[in-house]
Amino acid sequence: MTLGLINANPVVHAKKERIVRAEDNHAADAVDSLDVFDSVRDIRDPEHPYSLEQLSVLSEESITVDKKLGRIQITFTPTVQHCSMATVIGLCLRVKLLQSFPLHFKVDINVSPGSHADEESVNKQLNDKERVAAALENPSLRQLVDECLCSSEL
Amino acid sequence: MSEIDLVDGNLALKEIQKLDGHTDRVWSLAWNPAAGAGGLPPTLASCSGDKTARIWQQGPSGSWNCTAVLEDAHNRTVRSCAWSPCGKLLATGSFDATTAIWQQIGGDFECVATLEGHENEVKGVAWNSSGSFLATCSRDKSVWIWEMQPGNEFDCASVLHGHTQDVKMVQWHPHLDVLVSVSYDNSIRIWIEDGDLNGWSCVQTLGETSSGHSSTVWALSFSSGGDRMVTCSDDLTMKIWDTTNNPSEDGSWFHLCTLSGYQDRTVFSVNWSRDGIIATGAADDSICLFHETKDSLVGGLSYSLILKKDKAHDMDVNSVQWNPNEPKILASASDDGSIKLWRLTQVP
Repeated sequence: MTLGLINANPVVHAKKERIVRAEDNHAADAVDSLDVFDSVRDIRDPEHPYSLEQLSVLSEESITVDKKLGRIQITFTPTVQHCSMATVIGLCLRVKLLQSFPLHFKVDINVSPGSHADEESVNKQLNDKERVAAALENPSLRQLVDECLCSSEL
Repeated sequence: MSEIDLVDGNLALKEIQKLDGHTDRVWSLAWNPAAGAGGLPPTLASCSGDKTARIWQQGPSGSWNCTAVLEDAHNRTVRSCAWSPCGKLLATGSFDATTAIWQQIGGDFECVATLEGHENEVKGVAWNSSGSFLATCSRDKSVWIWEMQPGNEFDCASVLHGHTQDVKMVQWHPHLDVLVSVSYDNSIRIWIEDGDLNGWSCVQTLGETSSGHSSTVWALSFSSGGDRMVTCSDDLTMKIWDTTNNPSEDGSWFHLCTLSGYQDRTVFSVNWSRDGIIATGAADDSICLFHETKDSLVGGLSYSLILKKDKAHDMDVNSVQWNPNEPKILASASDDGSIKLWRLTQVP
């Protein structure tokens, strides 16, 4: 596994402390950026035994939620400019949000500006739902996504 | 539209019935054009991420029911469906790279042919006006033209290359053998049979430099006369294209106008009714209707919004289709797994 890694030595950051929130002052339908961050922060990077949070691929600040319109926007930063795993990370984020939030939420996922060599093409793919649907029907891709999500539950 | 006043009328899109049955998103719809002939009741086909197509028919009481589930032919999402002009054959295109041809034999729909050739996901299927050709398009960037032979045999007549990305949809001109394809490469291409050995060639490409779209073009629809077409896109606009010449001539299509600012997420579907009303369905869950207006100040033609139905579905609207035989009836399909039938009415 050491050969062929796209980013062999990623910088690993500490996890932020989790904020435990009382249920009664936080209604189930009032999704905010911390809820979204909590659901995706432990997704494992497709290449490393570290979470997306530990690799600073995303943070609470890179997530915006428009409660009124029911929209979630995530901007993530691949660890390297030419990361071919960027689309896999994007797929993981999309699947995790589908599993965690009401289906009527509209989700936009993009790489942060300047963070990827093929920024436009990665963003276009990640937000084309037909391409996403087809990718998730691909057994090997689906398995890779499921593994990244599964380890987040450990 | 004789009895409905589009300019001054207070219009409403009233839900007639919601059709539930699919267990995943519904991608596409097709009205059987032969309904009414030979006692065939109004019939709608739908296809879904649940790997099936369904046939819905209006019963004597007026209510709609699912009369057949077409399964076991595709092992992945069924992305598109289209009836042959005679209404006897249904083509379904799937992410499994195949196109299936279905025929009703006795009471059941049977898969009578499977068309293989595309390298990956088939995204669109369309019959020409005479029913002699079937066009299919795919993520493999190609468009295939299949010629129907006796005995449900389909020969590949031509493979069309030109698009640089996925081809999202193909549609034939309503009475000429002119094929139009739209793509993830943001362009629209016009193809005709050129009489040479290999048959078909691209006579026009409508890209961003021809006042075309700046992102994925998802769908197109012709006006009933075939002198105009409308396209819709991920760039949140619809564009009307016009031809004053023979629609099959090189460079004969030009940009007439752009409709923008109506739906704020991807517009997935557009359909032009026999009465001249353009319906659009988008990822903002809404359906919009547009009609041509004469702009007296400029003396030109434009299209204006006559109705917006917000929250038409709980999720993205993937397909809107007017009933060709009853042009005030609209069907819509959604990521929420449902199909809705609507009637355009005038409220007093």
